[in-house]
Amino acid sequence: MTTYNFAYLDEQTKRMIRRAILKGIAVPGYQVPFASREMPMPYGWGTGGVQVTAACLTPEDTLKVIDQGADDTTNAVSIRRFFQRTAGVATTEATTEATVIQTRHRIPETPLTEGQILVYQVPIPEPLRFLEPRETETRKMHELEEYGLMHVKLYEDIARHGQIATAYAYPVKVEGRYVMDPSPIPKFDNPKLTANPAIQLFGAGREQRIYALPPYTEVVSLDFDDHPFTASKAAHDCDLCGARDSYLDEVITDDAGGRMFVCSDTDFCAGRRTKGHKGRLGADLVAPAPHPLPTRGEGGAQPVTVTHDAAAHTSPPPRGEGLGGSRLVSDLQTESQP
Amino acid sequence: MTLMQSMTATTQPLLKVEGLTKRYGPRIGCLDVSFDLYPSEVLGIVGESGSGKSTLLSCLAGHQRADVGRIAYDGRDVLGMSETERRRLGRTDWAYVHQNPRDGLRMGVSAGGNVGERLMAVGARHYGEIRGKAADWLGRVEIAEDRIDDRPSAFSGGMQQRLQIARNLVTQPRLVFMDEPTGGLDVSVQARLLDLLRGLVRDLGLSVIIVTHDLAVVRLLAHRLMVMKSGRVVEQGLTDQVLDDPQHAYTQLLVSSVLQV
Repeated sequence: MTTYNFAYLDEQTKRMIRRAILKGIAVPGYQVPFASREMPMPYGWGTGGVQVTAACLTPEDTLKVIDQGADDTTNAVSIRRFFQRTAGVATTEATTEATVIQTRHRIPETPLTEGQILVYQVPIPEPLRFLEPRETETRKMHELEEYGLMHVKLYEDIARHGQIATAYAYPVKVEGRYVMDPSPIPKFDNPKLTANPAIQLFGAGREQRIYALPPYTEVVSLDFDDHPFTASKAAHDCDLCGARDSYLDEVITDDAGGRMFVCSDTDFCAGRRTKGHKGRLGADLVAPAPHPLPTRGEGGAQPVTVTHDAAAHTSPPPRGEGLGGSRLVSDLQTESQP
Repeated sequence: MTLMQSMTATTQPLLKVEGLTKRYGPRIGCLDVSFDLYPSEVLGIVGESGSGKSTLLSCLAGHQRADVGRIAYDGRDVLGMSETERRRLGRTDWAYVHQNPRDGLRMGVSAGGNVGERLMAVGARHYGEIRGKAADWLGRVEIAEDRIDDRPSAFSGGMQQRLQIARNLVTQPRLVFMDEPTGGLDVSVQARLLDLLRGLVRDLGLSVIIVTHDLAVVRLLAHRLMVMKSGRVVEQGLTDQVLDDPQHAYTQLLVSSVLQV
């Protein structure tokens, strides 16, 4: 593929995107407009993230791509292969080895370090959009720091559900100034945004916005005095690696109510299992399973999917996203068998 | 506050307008309007469609920028303020009741959220207190408390207008702008709304500037009256005096045009 420029985009485009990124880093949380390009993938599949990644990559970089925490789902595999072909960079699944990590809707469980760049894919960058449809007005609200409306949304949550039911894309305030949509990460990940040693970049391709959090930025999740922010997750341990503090996916295993909970971060889970940690079903899955998991194409088996965001059944599905948060259990099986 | 202070406070005008002019290109919006509004006073502005009364109101409330003139609110120069300051004033000391409640309400947000929005905009961060105040204000505008989680789209026109009033008054403003608050309501609902408004204005000691073409409304609510025609103020004075003994030809026409039933 020598016909492509390094990392697909031409140098002038990358320069334009880098300018937007620098401006975003200079003004943390501020949405910088940029001239988003058509990418060879549909909107909603990470066109913004891909452009930011392309502008950041150097030939020496090691790239990791995750989709809802997993390295082996369609979106992650296709974007990783895209950059293998157009940039020829090394790729990895290990969070610690990567220098650039493009992510859809998760922050890796393994703490990030200085020198790493985390690139988020953002469907709708404007946190006030669903409350105030006018772009002119939301810009004015950011300009004048009129963020009362954001609390109206949280008020509505409590009035309707008895608690703040917003489980993903939970609004945050950056350095006491800009209210920012952290992209549809689960609110479990919100505490990882603040004081993070890595550079965090957010790219929204369709909406043509880039924003950024420089290392060690203060990020506060909005809440009420009598309804404080809580980072929620499913009340279980990982069934494969036994982790108690990682974000879990709920996997429906049969049509008789069978289910299991597994780490959404596949690299974290695999790492723990190689170190010998075992969950409730961790050993059984390697040995002949007494609780068999049906595979794709097996006669009479129901199609089995993994539902993401196990902690929040009340929340609506992720908005404006082309790719649903589901992966087949057969993928899981191959991954769990060494 | 000592008696002396409160006496000087009432003798100072709350809003002082001098030579306010707004043009739309070569056309006149309003021309050389001057008046003083004192605390707890209700000023009515009447006139036919296109007489500039709505332009005047939106210039006063800061929704449009006047070309010439001075507006002093409580001794502060309104037109010279930064937009941040003016919008803060708009959320705290001032309130604006739109003719169409859909313009002044958030239709996708529950009644409680609508009332609470201004509180949250000025920094209230305690859910229980916000909800308590919202419930209290819904009661004051005669909306049943169990409707607090209903959206305004489920309310009748009169209820929507009362909700808009509650939403505006919750931060206890001192100056309320009203643009035809009873327009589009049927007469019995109008009468109840006027009754409610009169009670609130008296109890809270609000200063109000009310724009309307309905002379019955100003007769009931307004202490003083300004009659506008072609962007100019043609007559002003005490409401009863202007309505019972109109001096200007246009005012005479306006008063005599009211249907007697």
